[in-house]
Amino acid sequence: MKFNKGAVIDEPGSTEKNKTGGWRDKKPVIDKSKCTKCGICWVFCPEGAIYRNEKGEFEINYDYCKGCLICAEECPIKVISITEEEK
Amino acid sequence: MKTLISGNEACAIGAKLCRPKVIPVYPITPSTHTAEKISELIANGELDAEMIKVESEHSALSACIGAQVCGVRTFTVTASQGLALMHEVLFNASGLRLPIVMGVANRALSAPINIWGDQSDALAERDSSWLQFYCESAQEILDTVIQAYKISENHDVLLPSMVCFDGFTLSHVSEPVDVPEQSEVDEFLGDYIPYYKFDIENPKTIGALAFPDTFMEFKKQQEDAMRKAKETIKIVNKEFSKKFGRSYGDGLIDAYNMEDAEKCLIALGSLCSTAKVVVDNLREKVGIVRVRSFRPFPSNELRDICSGVKAIAVIDRAFSYGHAGVLYNEVKSALYDLKERPKISNFVIGLGGRDVRKEDIEFSIKNADKNEIFWVNTKE
Amino acid sequence: MIEIRIHGRGGQGAVTSAELLALAAFKDKKYAQSFPMFGVERRGAPVEAFCRIDKEKIMERSQIYEPDYVLVLDSTLLKSVDVTKGLKKSGLLVINSKQDVSKLNLNFEIGKIISIDLNSIALNIIGRPIVNTAMLGAFAGITNIITLKSLTEAIQERFDEKIAIKNKELAEKSYEIARKFVLGMKKNEIQ
Repeated sequence: MKFNKGAVIDEPGSTEKNKTGGWRDKKPVIDKSKCTKCGICWVFCPEGAIYRNEKGEFEINYDYCKGCLICAEECPIKVISITEEEK
Repeated sequence: MKTLISGNEACAIGAKLCRPKVIPVYPITPSTHTAEKISELIANGELDAEMIKVESEHSALSACIGAQVCGVRTFTVTASQGLALMHEVLFNASGLRLPIVMGVANRALSAPINIWGDQSDALAERDSSWLQFYCESAQEILDTVIQAYKISENHDVLLPSMVCFDGFTLSHVSEPVDVPEQSEVDEFLGDYIPYYKFDIENPKTIGALAFPDTFMEFKKQQEDAMRKAKETIKIVNKEFSKKFGRSYGDGLIDAYNMEDAEKCLIALGSLCSTAKVVVDNLREKVGIVRVRSFRPFPSNELRDICSGVKAIAVIDRAFSYGHAGVLYNEVKSALYDLKERPKISNFVIGLGGRDVRKEDIEFSIKNADKNEIFWVNTKE
Repeated sequence: MIEIRIHGRGGQGAVTSAELLALAAFKDKKYAQSFPMFGVERRGAPVEAFCRIDKEKIMERSQIYEPDYVLVLDSTLLKSVDVTKGLKKSGLLVINSKQDVSKLNLNFEIGKIISIDLNSIALNIIGRPIVNTAMLGAFAGITNIITLKSLTEAIQERFDEKIAIKNKELAEKSYEIARKFVLGMKKNEIQ
């Protein structure tokens, strides 16, 4: 194992290796048919786990979504539903 | 150039000669004049640096960390409550292995509120993994600031340094100081070569989380660095002597009259200067060992120099309540391994700015063999 | 080693006096140390400042308890402060006052007190009763512990040009007056 002085990590982006989706126990789901693509969920997601696909739709990357549900709270037209995580 | 300046001014000029680029400061008595002098040097164009007026000492040291990771030398100065407010940031600076240098004009901690000198503030930060040097004169403050950068920046060390000097007794006393030429200090210190820094071409994560499976290894590295610092301090002290003609003992301890001493006095800081006058006037064979580097602690050096001594008086200007004087604890534990252990007594003197008088030092020497803890010159 | 204590009020320049004294001694190739009364200062409140001068390097860092000389910048302090406290029997007290020493009612040998009206000299030269540099000029004239040359150099170094010119003149004038005063006294009355 490599121990750099000062615990400095000289490999950028290594956080990606740590998939935090497993922490989730409630799962937000976007109803794309009703979504107006305002992007507020994307702004508020503290993990950067919401992204825009090629069609311009907002999607959640469940590899990193921790299930904080801020997106569902902030969605102005309430089209992000909260479902139980299947474990 | 020889000039007459105060300890605070000596600290500021010492820092200036090392060319720090960022100096975040929150002023606090008795260190304020250091900050004032630095701002004057910047205003006069003698020092090319950014002085940041921060909103607290916590921010001051945080700003030092931020600047230092960008690859420049930094400096700050504080005392007492200011240092206490920095407490958590101290551990960040050392854990990130940043060679920050900080002046500390030692002062008591509240309550009761007290602005005068003792060493409770810096000694309370004993375990923060900072190097701690205690000075005896204004000259030594200036010289130690320069040495501290050289020691801290050594890639085998990479730990921050506190240059401690007694509040008022040194900070506010003006005396002759030999100020070295800028070019000489430039030659001695060289450019700052960061071990790591923020760099767009080579991105890094600084300040990451360490899980239980790695944390201890990083902490062990800090202890290894402390041990290496001992040798580095000695080497830098010798190099400094060669360049500037001044040195302070072996860098770790400064011994006086110890050749055939039967008794000895061990202490930190400026009171050792007054103690020399006392010892010179005594008929007994009494020596003085001034602990210059409190961290790393010179255990081996103390064992060597104290073997053969029959009684030791350790003077403390800080107390670990519920146990004993801070330096006394350290000295006792260092000397435990001696085959013939001397008697050691502890003398608590000069808390909260009470004057350390010659009588108090005489009393300590006289009672060194009592094996007791004395609070000297206190009222009933 | 010579130890000096200076009494004044906050704002009268007692601390600056101690610094100038040390700086002048330093310029005379002596070792010197100066320090203020440690702690807080208020304008108008009694303050003290201290100075040590020696041919050898000064190692002592405790406070000064038994000064060889006491300089008092403001005679109104005599009502509230014991300016003779700890003053060595062999010592000397210099007071800025219009009064004759016999009328000052001080608990000290009269022959070892010198009273000079520095206020008038200061008013004449700088137009304000700021007497710290005048006191140092007088001290140099009385004792020769610092030279007038070093004192004026010290003043030049510490003050802005405009203030320095007047203060040098003030120190020189006070030096002259003190010199005459001392020559007028019997030699054995002065240390």
